[in-house]
Amino acid sequence: MNTIFAQASARGKAGVAVVRLSGPGSWGAVRALAGRVPEPRVASLCTLSEAGGRLDEALVLTFAEGASFTGEEAAELHLHGAVATVAAVLRALSGLPGLRPAEPGEFTRRALENGRLDLAQVEGLADLIEAETEAQRKQALRVLSGEVGRMVGRWRGDLIRAMALCEATIDFVDEDVPVDVWPEVRGLLSGVLADLERERAGVGAAERIRDGFVVAIVGRPNVGKSTLLNALAGREAAITSEVAGTTRDVIEVRMDLGGLPVTLLDTAGLRDSGDAVERIGVERAMERAEAADLRIFLVETGEEPGMVPRDGDLVVRGKADLGDVVGGPAVSGRTGEGLEALVAAVSERLAGRATAVGVVTRERHRVALGSAAEALQGALQNGAASVEMTAEFIRAALRSLDQLLGKVGVEDILDDLFASFCIGK
Amino acid sequence: MKHFDVIIVGAGHAGVEAAAAAARAGVRVAMVTMRQSNIGMMSCNPAIGGLGKGHLVREIDALDGLMGRAADRGGIQFRLLNRSKGPAVQGPRAQQDRRLFQSAVQELVAGVGGLTVVEGEVVALRIEAGRVIGIGLADGTEVAGHAVVLCTGTFLGGVLHVGDVRAPGGRVDEAPAARIASQLRDVATGVGRLKTGTPPRLDGRTIAWDQLEMQAGDEEPVRFSFLPGGPLPRQVSCGITHTSQRTHDIIRANLHRSAMYGGHIEGVGPRYCPSIEDKVVRFSDKASHQIFLEPEGLEDPTVYPNGISTSLPADAQEELVRSIPGLERAVISQPGYAIEYDYLDPRGLTPALELRQLPGLFLAGQINGTTGYEEAGAQGLVAGLNAARRALGQPPVTFSRAQSYIGVMIDDLTSHGVTEPYRMFTSRSEYRLSLRADNADQRLTPIGIEAGCVGRVRRASFEDKSEALERGRALLQGLTFSPHVLAQAGIRVREDGERRAAYRLLSDPTVDWAAVAALDSRLSELPATVKDQLAKDALYASLIERQRADAAALQRDEAVVIPAAFDYRMISGLSTELTAKLERIRPETLAQAGRIEGMTPAALTLILAWVRKGQRMRAAS
Repeated sequence: MNTIFAQASARGKAGVAVVRLSGPGSWGAVRALAGRVPEPRVASLCTLSEAGGRLDEALVLTFAEGASFTGEEAAELHLHGAVATVAAVLRALSGLPGLRPAEPGEFTRRALENGRLDLAQVEGLADLIEAETEAQRKQALRVLSGEVGRMVGRWRGDLIRAMALCEATIDFVDEDVPVDVWPEVRGLLSGVLADLERERAGVGAAERIRDGFVVAIVGRPNVGKSTLLNALAGREAAITSEVAGTTRDVIEVRMDLGGLPVTLLDTAGLRDSGDAVERIGVERAMERAEAADLRIFLVETGEEPGMVPRDGDLVVRGKADLGDVVGGPAVSGRTGEGLEALVAAVSERLAGRATAVGVVTRERHRVALGSAAEALQGALQNGAASVEMTAEFIRAALRSLDQLLGKVGVEDILDDLFASFCIGK
Repeated sequence: MKHFDVIIVGAGHAGVEAAAAAARAGVRVAMVTMRQSNIGMMSCNPAIGGLGKGHLVREIDALDGLMGRAADRGGIQFRLLNRSKGPAVQGPRAQQDRRLFQSAVQELVAGVGGLTVVEGEVVALRIEAGRVIGIGLADGTEVAGHAVVLCTGTFLGGVLHVGDVRAPGGRVDEAPAARIASQLRDVATGVGRLKTGTPPRLDGRTIAWDQLEMQAGDEEPVRFSFLPGGPLPRQVSCGITHTSQRTHDIIRANLHRSAMYGGHIEGVGPRYCPSIEDKVVRFSDKASHQIFLEPEGLEDPTVYPNGISTSLPADAQEELVRSIPGLERAVISQPGYAIEYDYLDPRGLTPALELRQLPGLFLAGQINGTTGYEEAGAQGLVAGLNAARRALGQPPVTFSRAQSYIGVMIDDLTSHGVTEPYRMFTSRSEYRLSLRADNADQRLTPIGIEAGCVGRVRRASFEDKSEALERGRALLQGLTFSPHVLAQAGIRVREDGERRAAYRLLSDPTVDWAAVAALDSRLSELPATVKDQLAKDALYASLIERQRADAAALQRDEAVVIPAAFDYRMISGLSTELTAKLERIRPETLAQAGRIEGMTPAALTLILAWVRKGQRMRAAS
């Protein structure tokens, strides 16, 4: 049985973050990070470190088998709440042998199996698991849109194709199917493996999978978007000037907005531009704004926003300091007028939504990419020698990437196979 | 009124396995068939086994079924498919002499105690208080029984098509079972249509064999049955030819006259067994398609041209055949035809193959949407065994995906239903490396012994073999050698000073058994069958070990049985969509519930909690 871990407290910036471990390797993991296993049920201050590097000063609690939430040997690490700290500890844990990130509801499931929960408790927790599952699904969808989505779609297609080729030579040996499929299979697998390793190294994924909420400020050029961003961020993050179209690329500022982790995007003003570079900026602005959790539309009096606001989006009039403002909320980045109300409105809207699962999902993806890469290396090493073992490695890779690729069933493979080869005597 | 414990309707491959399994389990069985002489008939191609299918035959044999023994006695060309690949994907296959196979089946059936063959057409199921209590025959005879197994094959509402000519029929020159089909449409939901096709049969005396490439069988035939058998029949070769460009032109010119393309058929056919019309249309860039010319028997001149199943009119079939090299003068002894028949959505079945809507009624074979003798036989065995257990008041025996292809097939059918006739492939099993043809007895015979469907002879032979295997395994795991000793014997391993067990050496595919055996005289004395089996086990040991956690989790979830009357509507928090799916599929176990599309961890946890609660309440009361 694996030892599982996950952040048990709410995600995002907080005073304290709790990471929970359950399973036979829990105490071993504590020993690996803290250098000792504190007495059960006694909160002990420990320095967590990995390979000599200090991770955090944490309160560590251990629970013996039969005397924990899940009924298994368990531990809790109470960390400082910074997102980076939590991410580093989760990463260190997933590097330990026999440990893996918990699936949604897995703690509950184990507790239930060990007779530690009654039905009422399960029903209460079920909502939580559902939210977690939903949040993961959303996160996966977010990963799947755009450029990453296209790449992941290609992985799926390539792995299904590689599997179909292997299966064709196994299950349809008397048919008109190619005998030596290995060169093509090798090409497909090496391609996916290279992508996986690049992603895992963080070149791509870390850039794209963000923690917390994304809020985009959109509007026509020179309506005061950058000034508003600077005012909200409290520093000169975006260059502001009187010249329309100054912000040609998307500028991001991460900040704490009413207690929530928010990445604020300042986007290029929406207008038809003759300037090719600016046009790209506008396109990118639209794309990022579409994908954001919330959009703040900054408009001038009587003007329509450049794109259609969705439910829950905010539409405010900018440059409130420039006189004759009539009705509706208005804001000025320069004088700070209306800022407080705007921050309140943003955090009110965001607080109502399920928190994005940023860190955990990212760690889970990293682990998934890692084990998929390992399986593909196995397939490539095994090579043409025994195709049934190669197929097994590809199957394992597909299973690891379930969450990113969606489940690949035998029907998907057979579909590809029957479409490519004329099978049937 | 006649009385039996279990009634089997049909005596094809599913029917005979069902009848024999029920009788082995110790009940009185009636097997009803329209024509006694047609028991065990091969309606389609004259071959048994193949990939996935050969695995199923071995599993049937491991449970003491008939098919493996009959196929050994009828086999006229044995080939172990994928011989050059690993043992997990090797499948035994044999061309059959139809008559030898059929007479072997009939002899085996005659040797089963407690099995009575009844000739007649079943026209009605007798139902009382929502349960099946017997059947009625066309001549007015009533037969009573505690359970009925329907193994009607293509006879259920069967319609034959040759071009635009259609006629009701279950096989050529045999009437379909029409009345029972219409009754089933009334009492059960989810009746659909499937179709399958056959090629024209040729008179082998009119084939120019000397112009054809010939394919011989294996030098050393690999038998199906784990039991020792008598001498094999004389072995023959098959011919191989190909369609020509002219064949394809003829097909294209006549396409509108094909039953399939003329819009006469509503049933769905299998993608892996397409008609020659289909192949030419879908793969129009292929210049030719391969055809195997399979002899149907040693004394029978009929040849089965495997690869050109068709529903074109008879005159076009003749033109088509004669455009093929070697068949220029061939005479068609029976035109090819397509057949459409009824099947019941198998999602309405329990894993024991009992129809949930109608307790006491079990279904096996094509009626469940499958195709193939082997698939039918395996289901027949499961249905017959469980029908007997129902009659005896014993709990059902079910098979796990982690344990057998039988389990994979039944789980696929009952969880996902079918969209085309279902055929077994090795790729359907996620535990392919463990579910091998060579170890089917190790996997299943103990279960069969426990279930009471394995006879004395097989039990004794199995126990002897298991003991020898255990001794061999202990020896291989106990004998260890240092890298130095191994190097001297010509076995290269890393020079790390670590002693290695002989078993571990065998897991390296580059290490030769002979070299290992030379290390110790006790190893060289192991019987060949034992060495073979252990070498195959060792080969996949490390990969199988990795899958063990998955398999264990699966079996844990399979152990959580969801009661048949479980009310999903009482679970607050399950979505309406999921509730509806669960009520339709009625998963028997938590594992099956988990495979339902759209299932979430939260929903599974909730179901588990409610199942546990029900258990506690029952225990308390």
